[in-house]
Formats: sequence, C-alpha cells, structure tokens
Amino acid sequence: MPSISRDEVAHLARLARLAVTDDELDLFAGQLDVILQSVATVGDIATADIPPTSHAVPLTNVFREDAVRPSLGQQQALAGAPAAEDGRFRVPRILGEEA
Amino acid sequence: MSDLIRSTAAELAAKIASREVSAVEVAQAHLDRIAEVDGSVKAFLHVDAEGALAAARRVDEDVAAGNAPASPLAGVPLALKDVFTTEGVPTTCGSKMLEGWRPPYDATVTRRLKEAGVVILGKTNMDEFAMGSSTENSAYGPTRNPWDLDRIPGGSGGGSSASLAAFEAPLAIGTDTGGSIRQPGSVTGTVGVKPTYGGVSRYGLVAFSSSLDQAGPCARTVLDAALLHEIIAGHDPLDSTSVDAPVPPVVAAAREGANGDLTGVRVGVVTQFSGEGYQPGVLRSFEAAVAQLKQLGAEIVEVSCPSFDYALPAYYLIAPSEASSNLARFDAMRYGLRVGDDGTRSAEEVMSLTREAGFGAEVKRRIMIGTYALSSGYYDAYYGSAQKVRTLISRDFESAFATVDVLVSPTTPTTAFRIGERTGDPMAMYKADLCTIPANLAGNAAMSVPSGLSDEDGLPVGLQIMAPALQDHRMYRVAAAYEAARDAALGHTVISQVPQLEGAAR
Amino acid sequence: MTSVDELMDYAEVVERYDPVLGLEVHVELHTNTKMFCGCANLFGGEPNTHVCPTCLGLPGALPVVNGKAVESAIRIGLALNCEIAEWCRFARKNYFYPDMPKNFQTSQYDEPIAFNGWLDVALDDGTVVRVEIERAHMEEDTGKSLHVGGATGRIHGAEHSLLDYNRAGVPLIEIVTKPITGTGERAPEVARAYVTALRDLLKALDVSDVRMDQGSLRCDANVSLMPKGTTEFGTRTETKNVNSLRSVERAVRFEMTRQAAVLAGGGKITQETRHFDESTGSTSSGRTKETAEDYRYFPEPDLVPVAPSREWVEQLRGTLPELPWERRKRIQQEWNLTDAELRDLVNAGAVDLVAATVEAGATPAEARSWWVAYLTKEANNRGVELAELAITPAQIARVVALVNSGELTNKLAREVVAGVLAGEGEPEAVIEARGLKVVSDDSALEAAVDEALAAQPDVAAKIRDGKVAAAGAIVGAVMKATKGQADAKRVRELVIARCS
Ligand SMILES: [Mg+2]
Ligand SMILES: [Zn+2]
Repeated sequence: MPSISRDEVAHLARLARLAVTDDELDLFAGQLDVILQSVATVGDIATADIPPTSHAVPLTNVFREDAVRPSLGQQQALAGAPAAEDGRFRVPRILGEEA
Repeated sequence: MSDLIRSTAAELAAKIASREVSAVEVAQAHLDRIAEVDGSVKAFLHVDAEGALAAARRVDEDVAAGNAPASPLAGVPLALKDVFTTEGVPTTCGSKMLEGWRPPYDATVTRRLKEAGVVILGKTNMDEFAMGSSTENSAYGPTRNPWDLDRIPGGSGGGSSASLAAFEAPLAIGTDTGGSIRQPGSVTGTVGVKPTYGGVSRYGLVAFSSSLDQAGPCARTVLDAALLHEIIAGHDPLDSTSVDAPVPPVVAAAREGANGDLTGVRVGVVTQFSGEGYQPGVLRSFEAAVAQLKQLGAEIVEVSCPSFDYALPAYYLIAPSEASSNLARFDAMRYGLRVGDDGTRSAEEVMSLTREAGFGAEVKRRIMIGTYALSSGYYDAYYGSAQKVRTLISRDFESAFATVDVLVSPTTPTTAFRIGERTGDPMAMYKADLCTIPANLAGNAAMSVPSGLSDEDGLPVGLQIMAPALQDHRMYRVAAAYEAARDAALGHTVISQVPQLEGAAR
Repeated sequence: MTSVDELMDYAEVVERYDPVLGLEVHVELHTNTKMFCGCANLFGGEPNTHVCPTCLGLPGALPVVNGKAVESAIRIGLALNCEIAEWCRFARKNYFYPDMPKNFQTSQYDEPIAFNGWLDVALDDGTVVRVEIERAHMEEDTGKSLHVGGATGRIHGAEHSLLDYNRAGVPLIEIVTKPITGTGERAPEVARAYVTALRDLLKALDVSDVRMDQGSLRCDANVSLMPKGTTEFGTRTETKNVNSLRSVERAVRFEMTRQAAVLAGGGKITQETRHFDESTGSTSSGRTKETAEDYRYFPEPDLVPVAPSREWVEQLRGTLPELPWERRKRIQQEWNLTDAELRDLVNAGAVDLVAATVEAGATPAEARSWWVAYLTKEANNRGVELAELAITPAQIARVVALVNSGELTNKLAREVVAGVLAGEGEPEAVIEARGLKVVSDDSALEAAVDEALAAQPDVAAKIRDGKVAAAGAIVGAVMKATKGQADAKRVRELVIARCS
C-alpha cells in the first residue's frame, strides 16, 4: 500500500523535529517503505466490528487526592538545564506565536 | 572465581543475614568482578562503587544491630537497567541525548530496591531508549554475550542479561516492551520475567511505549527472580496504570514448583510459534522442554492463536507511535544535550539539530514510523487497526487460557546472533521478538527460563512460559519445576556452562 | 511594517453579511494542586518553584489525574446543561513548543467529559440568546515564557527566552460553543454577554478565580462572515489574547469590519490566528502556518479512562449552587422588580450586595437605592468595582435602620456613609466623631424658630396672614442654623404653631 516518498520523509522529519541529512532521507525512505508495507497487514484482520484496545488493563477512574506534595526546589529543577538565567530555563529565541 | 559471585541471590541473602559474610564483602567481590571482566563484556554504563558500598554498609549495620533484614534480598547486589531514574546517579537510556544527566528523583523501582536493602552496583547498557533486540543500538557501544563475545546478549536489556551471565551481578532489573527482558534472558541462559502489565510501577522508567513497557526481574534462578519480583512489584499511586491488587504469590509458587510435581497443570503449546524462521536446534530444545513438562505430570495440549501472526506488525505500529510522542520531550530545552545554540538559531532549529545529533538511527527510524502512523489520514489504517489487532490477540489469549493454565513457546526463534549480523536489516532484527510480543500487547505475564543449549551451536535457548494477567505465580511454578528437572537431567545448571571469560582468573 | 487594515462601516457590514461566531474559553481551575501532579496550583511566585518531575516533563515521570479537577469539570458541564460522558479518555495533542514540557498537551480529543449543552445569555436590553455548547473538556496549561532582548519584550526580535513552568500543568477546562448564528448586528454584544454569563456561572460554581486580567479566564474568538442570503460558513479567523469582557466585544466587531472589507474588495479570508491589541482595538495576523497543524492525537496511554458513575454525577448535580440566572429570576419575583430594574441591578454588579443588605434587615427598595443609585456613582468616581468599596452590606443596613428610627436624616445618612467609605470606622463611630445627631429636642428648636421669625418679621407676618407657603423660608433658616441636624418636618410644624 504505502510507497513513501523522499518528500514525505522530509515532512515527517519536520513534524518530528529531526534535522535529517540528505543521506538519511534516502536511507529512511527505503527502510520506512519496507517496514510500513509489512506492518500494513494489520488492516487485513482489523475489521470495523472489532473494538480497539488502548490499555492492557481494564482500569478506570484512577484519581489523585487534591493534596499538595512537595515540589522540587528551583535549584534542583534547573540542575539539568543546558542554560538557566534568573531562576528560569534559558532557551534560544522562540519563533511563532505566544501560546 | 570466588564462590560469592557464583552464588544465588537467595544464598547470599541468607549468608549476609547470618553474618557468615558481610554485605560489603559481597558488594566488593562483585565490584572486583566487574573491574576484571567488564572491559570485555561492557555490561555497565556506570558503576556506582561508592553508592553500592555505602548501601552494603548500611545493611551490615542493620544486621549487626540485630534488626530483621529489610527484605529477603537485603545486601544482595543488583545491576539496574539504565532506563530507570536514580537520584544523583547518571541515567542515559543508552542515548547521547541524556549523556551526563543526573535525575533529581528515584524511580519507584529504584526506591523499592533501596528500601529493601538491595545493593545497586550500577546502571547497565541497553539499546537506545530500549529500542532494539541486540544492545547494538546503544550510543555507548554494544554489550557482548558472555557465552561468545562476538555475539549479542539480546536487547534491549543486554547489559542486564550479560551482567548475570558474566557473574557481575546475581540480580538485575530489565524492562520488557516487546521482549526486552525475555529475549536477552533466552540468549544468555538466564531467567527473565515480564510481570503482568501494571504489576510493577513505571514511575521513573523512561518511557518507550507506555502501554507496553513493563519492568521485571532478571536472575540466574527462578527463585531469585521471584524474590526480586516481590520486592519491586505492587501498587504505586504515582503510576495510574499500576494494578491496585495484592502481588501474586510468586515466591511461594517458585518454592512449590521446585518440588517437581506438575500433575494437573495444563500446558498449551502455541502452534503459531514454530516452523519457518525457527532454528532447528531451538525447536529441538523446546520439544525436549515440553517433554520434560509432560514427565513432571503436566497435560500438554496444542493451542492455536491465529491472530498472533499479526502481533509483530501491530507492535511495530503501536510502539513507535507511542515512542514518537514519549521522546518528543527530548528537545534541548530543560535537560540533556543541546546542539547548535549559537545565539542566532531559533529554539525550533536547536531542537531539530539536537534531536538529529542526539538520537541514533533506530530511534529516528521509529520516531518517523510513529509520526507517520499517527498522522491524520493514516491513523485509522495504522494505529487504529493495530489497536484492533490488540483486541484480537487478547481474545486469543482468553480463549486459550479457558482451556490451559499456561502457554509455552520458544522465547526467541534463534540463539544469539553475531554482532553486526542484522544491523543493516531492521525487519530481520524485529523478528527476534516474534514470540514475546503477544504478551506485551495483551498485558499478561510471561517469562523465559533456560532450556539448555542448542545442539548445533552450543548457545543457550529459552523456554517462554505465559500466564494470564495477575496469574504470574502460575508460570513461576511451572518454571521452577522445569528448572529443577532440567538441572537434574543435565547434572548441572545451564549457567555453569558459560565459558570462562578472558582475563578472569579463578 | 504593519499595514493598516481597511475596514467597512459597521452598518454596511451587517447589511451585507451575517456573522458566525465560535467562542473557546479556557478556564483555570483553582484546585489546590495541578492537573496531573501534586504541585501547588499557585499564580506567579518565584519561577520554577512549583514544579516536579511530572510537570517538568522529566524522563520517566508519569501523570495522575486530580480527582477534584474531574469533579469541577463535571459540575461545569452540568451547569452548562451538558450531557456527561459515561466513559471518556485523555488524549495527547502532539506539537513542539518550548513552554510545553512534554511537547504534547494532555487534553481530550473526541471524547470530552461534557458535551451538547447550552447557556442562556441575557443582553443589555433583556433579550435572551441561547448559546449552544459543543463541549467542555479537561486539559493542562503550559508554562510561561519571557522574551529577552527584544525592543518590546514581545516575541518578535527577542534574542532568547526564559521559561518558568510554575503554570505548566495547571488544570484547564476548555469550553467550546457550537457556531453562533443569527445574531446579526448584535454579534459583538452576544460574544461579550456570553463570556460575562459564563464568568458569573463559573464564579457561582466556585471552581475558578475567573480573572480575565490574570489569565485565569481566557477567550479565543472565532469569527467568519457569510453574505446575506447564503448559508455556507465563510473562512474563519481565531483571535487570541482577548483579555477583558470589553475586548471580546471590540475584537469581534473589528474582525467583522475587517473581514467585510476584504470580502467586499474581492479578497479571501486567510484561516489564521490573529492577535488582539488592547491599545488600538484591532487584530493583527499571527504567523500563518504553511500547512494545517497535524496534532497526531491518540489516547493517552499513561492514564486510564474516566468513567463517572451516574450516582456520582447525580451527587455532583446536587452540589450545584443556585445558578446566577435562577437567582436573578427568584430575586426579581421576591422583590417585585420590573425587567428594567433587574437589569440595572445586574449591570451595576449589585445583586449580591443588595441581597446581603436585605439579609441584614433593609428592604429591597432601600438597599437598591443605596447600592444602585448612590454607591455606584461613588465606585465610578473611585474607578473601582462596587464590591471593592470599603463598606459592607451590614453597614448600609445599619444606616438604613438609623434613618428609619429617625436618628438620621437622609442627608445625614449620606454623610455617615461617606465617613465609612473614608475609613472612619463603623457608622456609630462616624456619627460620634462628626457629631451627626438629629436635633429633635423641641425647646432647642423653638428657640431657633423664634430667632428666625424675629430676624424676618415680614415673612412672619405673611405666615400669620395664612400664607403658609412662606414658612419654607423660616424652615430653611432654622436648618441652616442647626447645620442640617434638625428634623425639617418638625421645624415646619413648630413654625406654623408659633404663627397661629
Ligand atoms: Mg485546548
Ligand atoms: Zn508538578
């Protein structure tokens, strides 16, 4: 069924934030095609009347009490940060909209 | 080789509790062994000698004070897969992405081990983010199989399985998303258990595929695995998918099984797991194991699970899909690697450059597959269909367990393959998990116990035993009975046949 | 280089086009803890102090649902006349953004907890518009970014950004309307009235601080136009950053006039996100995405489904307070108010205050007269909300009682209230300190009356001749002499008695 193009691989890489190289585009295009052809067989038996299973255990309604637990300290929170400033994580300039 | 490193965990715990030997001596013996052989095995990514000795000292103090042991494994050393967070101790998941990261918190498994007085020797090597079946996908180089250093120790938990087979640790922890505990157990002649999904907390287990990941015990004997199982299992309010029910009585089941009687136990042989693609020596070992079970009194029946043929494709949609989302957090903003932040590039560019540099080929490949399978327009055909296959596989298990108590199969179709043999062919690599994946998709319990050596290459073969959800004790009973009968028939344990490692003096 | 948008005259817009609205409101719940972790749900504070492995998205950390947030979501759904799902799930909405620690938002997708409801919204003239609710679902807030190095502190031109995740993971309920059609020229007013009604409802439910200025209530306005006589919806824009009730109205109105000008000029509306600028009252284009965002939703595997039992839902229905519009209806009946009177009361934001004053002993008419007629002006003068004035309903009721017992005149009463507002203490303390007692002692008054009559003999003669109307001048003189503390009615009686 799928014949995944180089362009599609490039689009996926953009969605996944992977700055793939040209060589990788070729490699992945070939490999993804083989893998996706092979896994597409799930469609053979997945008929409309079968409900999907998303969880292996049939649990529902697992809730937490609304009680405060200790947080990490600011220092601990920032300890692993590539860069920090004024108690905040310092990151490169953000393009796009303010959320 | 000292007796201490060849002892079982149960024996060590008893000796420590009776002050026949100190926990510090035991820890030091294992640290010495690591220093001696890990240069060639490469099971560990980080050895925490200081932390291990300090933990051992606390156990000794406790014993000296006359206190009851914190657990039946107090003072016993353990190798922890590097996918669990350990406060202040490096946690890399086998990835460059997390090189040097020291988590500010302990995983629930880590915490329970510490509270039980188990001595954590260090963190073991693994396929990057647990994606692989050979440990060749580790960013820090492959781990080697102690049975043959040119071969893979299985994966993703190859570091854990190799540490057991190399006598660097009597206990280890693994995680099993598609077979990453059982397949490494199989190819190293060790015991590996994937408990029922939800049986062991996932809090602090760095997620690969959330709905499939399950932590479990690894050991050289069934009883040791059971003892470790009871320490790490149990409800955890920090994991919403954790089962709030008593831990199955696996230790009692292992002890009962060791008595060697399986009368009245119905064992189903899964017909789908044989034939083409299976190494003849593996199938012969499996048949011998089934015959042994029959001798122990078990009733053997053939069981067909037709949708198991679709487990592998379903798995290779579900796991990468969840992984593509789980691994999105590695973005160079809050922790881990950051590449290309030269003051002019945007956050988006730095994210993409970092992820490109920080992830290995297999991780990227799976992220791409997952991104594709979840895309609008493809979701129903891929992810949605795979979730339906999951339902069918669960139904196959249900109807099988309506007539049998446990199911058996080979753990993996072949013995350990050579390092490099399958790296260029992802599909060939994925087939290593053919028999183990159904239990992950359905969430029930499954384990691998050594069934001797393949007659054509002299390498270990694993017998997989599967039980219904929350009936983990059933498979322990069968495994323990089989283990005892097998050792009696062989006249020795399987693990005792591991060749002596180079540089390892007695 | 912002180009000035061409706008069409509003009257022409509504003559040529029918607007379609869609309003998305995000409400931050004021639970003790965040949606999926036990960190305190506190606004502001030292950055990155209310964070843990879960809300920082650290490797290995897992979410656990805050039961109180689910309870609030169900109560909101019930108050909005929604159906409550018997079974629903959380889903992951996948996209990369630095203020989102996991690079996916845990939200709900095709299985919201509440759906298919409505809210009746009253406009200023009393017209009621029923706004249909599509859904209300649970999700989590993002962190906050601070942009450094840019001239304006805004995102454009910034050199780098600083992230604070204290807000990351705060529970949000997103409430989405169905398309609102048929409102014509009143569309902007309907938009404001809807958000107002929703705010009042959420306040009554006590689930959120509902402060638009602080971001605990946020509105995104979707607007499109279709030419009169057609029924197919036009391309819509989504305006964000609308931070006050008034802005909601202005943003909708602006988009209508802008879109109409584009359409009338033969142009096409771009489906995009726009930002509202408070200072200019205009909207501007956000970054247009090359392709529609593909969020790759899938069920959140780290959480299990939410399946509220019908018993629980009914029990929660029992906890719903009297809803604002029901309460208004009841008050209107009990106090015998005309529609216009009720509207004045509501518009002044005085319903609760008047009700409390009545509770404390005043009649509805007396209480209304104080709050709506007098204190509203005081609040306006001070630029504060009525409820923020430094006087309580109990104090007003006390003043009313003093007037009724004759101890204060209306004029004195206003002085007492002024004193309370000025922070001089309780009414009694103000009366004491300012010496504001009614002079009702006849002998003291008689002396003042005699003095006034003697000072104006011509007026006194007129009164004696039966020209009673002339008494006013004497009463005025007496009131002046007693600094207004006399009972004018009694003074008049005394003047006439003296002259007969
Ligand atoms: Mg939303
Ligand atoms: Zn938190």
